[in-house]
Amino acid sequence: MKHIWTIFKRELNSYFTQPTAYAIILIFLVLSLLFNFTFGRFILAGDANLEWSFLFWHPWLYMLLAPAVGMKLWADEKRTGTIELLGTFPIPPWATILGKYLAAATVWLIALSLTFPLIITVNYLGEPDNWRIFSGYLGSYLTCCVFLAITMLVSACTRDQVVCLIVSVSICVLMVLCGYEDFIRELSKFRVDYLVEAMVSLGVWDHFRSLTRGLFRYQDMVWFASIIFACLVGTSAILSAKRA
Amino acid sequence: MIEVENLTKHFGAKFAVKDLSFTVKPGEVLGFLGPNGAGKSTTMRMITGFITPSSGDARVCGHSIIDEPFLAKQKIGYLPESAPLYNDMTVTGFLRFCADVRELKGSAKKDAVELAIETCFLQSVARQSIDTLSKGYRHRTCLAQAILHNPDVLILDEPTDGLDPNQKHEVRELIKRLGQNKTILFSTHILEEVDAACTRAVIVDRGIIVADGSPEELRKQSPTGSLHDLFRELTTHDSAHGSAA
Repeated sequence: MKHIWTIFKRELNSYFTQPTAYAIILIFLVLSLLFNFTFGRFILAGDANLEWSFLFWHPWLYMLLAPAVGMKLWADEKRTGTIELLGTFPIPPWATILGKYLAAATVWLIALSLTFPLIITVNYLGEPDNWRIFSGYLGSYLTCCVFLAITMLVSACTRDQVVCLIVSVSICVLMVLCGYEDFIRELSKFRVDYLVEAMVSLGVWDHFRSLTRGLFRYQDMVWFASIIFACLVGTSAILSAKRA
Repeated sequence: MIEVENLTKHFGAKFAVKDLSFTVKPGEVLGFLGPNGAGKSTTMRMITGFITPSSGDARVCGHSIIDEPFLAKQKIGYLPESAPLYNDMTVTGFLRFCADVRELKGSAKKDAVELAIETCFLQSVARQSIDTLSKGYRHRTCLAQAILHNPDVLILDEPTDGLDPNQKHEVRELIKRLGQNKTILFSTHILEEVDAACTRAVIVDRGIIVADGSPEELRKQSPTGSLHDLFRELTTHDSAHGSAA
């Protein structure tokens, strides 16, 4: 546990001693609020639960911005050679992986927390179901954590951050698009039911939307947890295979 | 104490290190010599647990790097060849992080960081960001993290590479001083360092030990009494082969 904290502290510091975290948090805040007040029609729709006006845009933003936070996790260690220091320190590999992952996830926790004025606003203007808002935020954060875990896995495969960014964004875009309603509707016309089902379960929307509607479904939690877990285990396997 | 037993590493069909065995006792400074690509860094990376051997084992203070990597790594201070560092940290910040990794706390941590800074002559850059440091300072910062936790075993991969003559002299003196009560394995291809700092030297070529002994013993093996000539005689001459071809 102490080792996770040591790595976590270093990683989180490195995000905030460089402009990376500030830039990404600022871009996320500006874009999410811009979409909320323009395409999301926050005022016109009168959606106090923030489901359509605000949270709906998050997966679209995460698919582009989450990999920008996670791309350096291993790619940078490999490029600068510091992976050799980490590999020879008396720290279990899982502690390093977890510490790094939690640091990247904390950057997004901070970004998401900074949207709190919107929650105050809807509580001032209307009577929202705050549990539903919390559930929606949880869905949003877990979606981001899934994209971060995927980025971490890709980052373990390459020393080039640009390659990592491109590949991770592609995978995240695919996960956002393949479960999107319009896409599923078009795919349904071909009457390949098993493919439609596979696309829905692979995509983020089914799991994300159930949480934004305030539903805590067991299968969604399993979906989020299993993808994150599989990516972290995969990262560990790739790193040890590269050292073998 | 370092005990290397039949250490082998191959990448595909190519052997980087082949059945290497040697021992370094406490108080001994072993110079690990060899031309570029001889397998020096690969051997060191295996002893420090960074890469897994294809076969064989290395024991550090009695702990196998394969079966007890955590215990073995605690005993080692390692300076990698390229002296990698986190550029976004300050020298002190980096050393504090390394002290945390080594589980040093409170005044022990503070003292260890201060001593490492003093020993490696880093006082003038202690609060400076690492990405602004010159090569010599970067190298010494990485050396400072290797000696920070007062390890029993020091493994230094080309510790004087890229240093100016004054810095080289200081690092050699430091190695000699530390070698009095530690086990030190350091690689180099600068033969002057054998006389300057080593109590024993091993010459490797293409992953195999071709000579082992004290500097005097090695010199006796050479017909001219010169380490340079012995090195040239025993190791592969890439350039000579190249020009012949």
